[in-house]
Amino acid sequence: MIRILCQIFRTGIITEPLSHTENEVIETGTKQEEAVGKYFSRSLTIRQVDSGSCNGCELEIHAVNNSFYNCEKYGIHFTASPRFADMLLVTGPVTRNMEIALKRTYNATPSPKLVVAVGDCGCNGGIFGESYASVGGVGKVIPVDVYIRGCPPTPADILNGILKAVSG
Amino acid sequence: MSSLVDALTALLGTDVQFDTRQYPHSVISCTVPRDKFGRAAKALKKAYALLAAEWATDETAFGGGLAVFACFRWGSEYLIVRSELPLDDPSFPSLTKKYLPAYRFERQIHSLMGAVPAGHPDLRPWIKFEDWPQNAFPLRKSFDARQSLPRMKGDYQWSKAEGEGVYEIPVGPVHAGIIEPGHFRFQAVGEMVLNLEERLGYVHKGIEKKFETFSFLDGVKLAGRVSGDTTVAHSIAYSIAVESMTGCLVPERAHWLRALFLERERIANHLGDIGAICNDAAFAFMLYQLSRLRELMLRTNYKLFGHRFIMDRVVPGGVTADLSGDGKKDIVEEMDMITREFERLIVIYDQNPSLEDRVRDTGLLSPEKARELCCVGIVARASGMNLDCRLQNPFPPYDRLGVNVPVLISGDVHARVWVRVEEIRESIRLIRAIVQGLPHGPINVDAVLPPSDTAGFAAVEGWRGEIIYWIQAGPGAEINRCMVRDPSSVNWIGLEQAIQGNIVPDFPLCNKSFNQSYSGHDL
Ligand code: SF4
Repeated sequence: MIRILCQIFRTGIITEPLSHTENEVIETGTKQEEAVGKYFSRSLTIRQVDSGSCNGCELEIHAVNNSFYNCEKYGIHFTASPRFADMLLVTGPVTRNMEIALKRTYNATPSPKLVVAVGDCGCNGGIFGESYASVGGVGKVIPVDVYIRGCPPTPADILNGILKAVSG
Repeated sequence: MSSLVDALTALLGTDVQFDTRQYPHSVISCTVPRDKFGRAAKALKKAYALLAAEWATDETAFGGGLAVFACFRWGSEYLIVRSELPLDDPSFPSLTKKYLPAYRFERQIHSLMGAVPAGHPDLRPWIKFEDWPQNAFPLRKSFDARQSLPRMKGDYQWSKAEGEGVYEIPVGPVHAGIIEPGHFRFQAVGEMVLNLEERLGYVHKGIEKKFETFSFLDGVKLAGRVSGDTTVAHSIAYSIAVESMTGCLVPERAHWLRALFLERERIANHLGDIGAICNDAAFAFMLYQLSRLRELMLRTNYKLFGHRFIMDRVVPGGVTADLSGDGKKDIVEEMDMITREFERLIVIYDQNPSLEDRVRDTGLLSPEKARELCCVGIVARASGMNLDCRLQNPFPPYDRLGVNVPVLISGDVHARVWVRVEEIRESIRLIRAIVQGLPHGPINVDAVLPPSDTAGFAAVEGWRGEIIYWIQAGPGAEINRCMVRDPSSVNWIGLEQAIQGNIVPDFPLCNKSFNQSYSGHDL
């Protein structure tokens, strides 16, 4: 136990202020629920859905949880069930095989809800495009509030995108 | 002379026709009549070969029909056996009863290429879901990949268990965490798992078909996105396969830099994995500490090579990011820091009894089973198999630097953690040696395009294990077929086997200790 405590004190608090992302990376989508900032103030629960990604975007979403970015600082945390979620964070080109699961997850999320599409693939299908196996970007299947570009976007971009969606 | 070739020719004699269009020439390829395909596998099994991959191609562009391929490995030898199948009757003898991993390879061949493995015990579709038109075979040339397929009616037949107190737990595809989608179905009694059936294919993006629309040079971008966590290893494997066909001589410095990227990727992923495994055993401290080290490495990657995962920095012909003198200093300092912190944390891991209770004897994959399933990578090394492409098929500088491969035999979660621990230590040693001995010179040469009607092969040890690429150039020197075999394609079955007899709450822990790729499997 003493080793654990020593290591915790040695490490200290390493969380950094969030660096600002340039505007090209984050785009606002068609659907905007006004006043969500008000509803969700200081507590945002996110359900992440991989709808076909290569797992690169997932790794950076994981990083948002690490002590440097520490998303909990903003009251953001990830949940296991869409029923508790205020926001869906969706990655990947939506594959044909995930299309129905994504729609169901969306329908299971209570309103008001936000959808943020992460990564070039989530925005428009990216390198995988549209084909027999891939429907394309997330916006083809469910309404999207904010798009975050990048392959994969950096953790700071993702965090900025989430905050942007909340502030409307 | 190759012992596998001897075994094959001893049985089939002049029925075996060797093929000189397969590169590199160290990988031997031959064609046998299709009725001898099964017997060939039997002979190779007797010679202790493992099945590395099985796939099919559409060779109508060459004026042929379909062809089925099986790639066998023994030590550092690879042998590819091929049989031609006429289009009007594309059946071939199934290898499943001889080689268990053929079970899924053949279901996949049947679903996506429409070749029929005769005698296969279970031809339920794989990757192709029940709502696809049954006659849609995306890997055939006649299939237009741009169309969107109608949804049909159909049911997937799950394997069943019956008896008093037996119940089922369906999990997924959307999982309770930030992970890729897949479906697991457990049959359990009380807390104990009787059987686990996996169903994958949710992230099938049509990657193999997509490769056929890319040029040889651009294909590396797609290879780097087959499994984003393994982007470096996949790009290296793709590039080496293309280079083998063209005889392109990659500069020495580029080889060394590739190895540097590969080892950095290995450490970063292992750090994340060890943390996540501890977290699944309710020891979050390790996750946060190790994620910190991982994040620091990714930042160094960004600073030195311009991308946190070093994506798109390996291309056919070499690499596109160099290492400066200052960069070397950064890396050496970083390795000092990682060693110091990591060793402290590993003492904590090792001395924590409650953790030990969770990870020891959990998720056991016995050495016999691992061999039977032809597992690769970390999973194989934790179950007694001494397999590592860096040792058996090294590209420079691994031949010069040597690699110490950790092999454990207990096959439990702890063994899979400990293989990772030892590999991190070894990778740190390799990185120091690479930085010190990095030769001077250019970092890439212009890649030449492969000649028509040739095939290239590469096997590279990614952090999960052996990655295989087999690329076939068509008559117009375009990509006719690019077969990708991620380690996950074989290791997923290992998880099904390891979980039996464990309690349901230990599944996340076991799954994390395997940490196989969904995207690399589903393609
Ligand atoms: S955007 Fe890039 S990292 Fe994200 S899923 Fe697509 S290919 Fe992978």
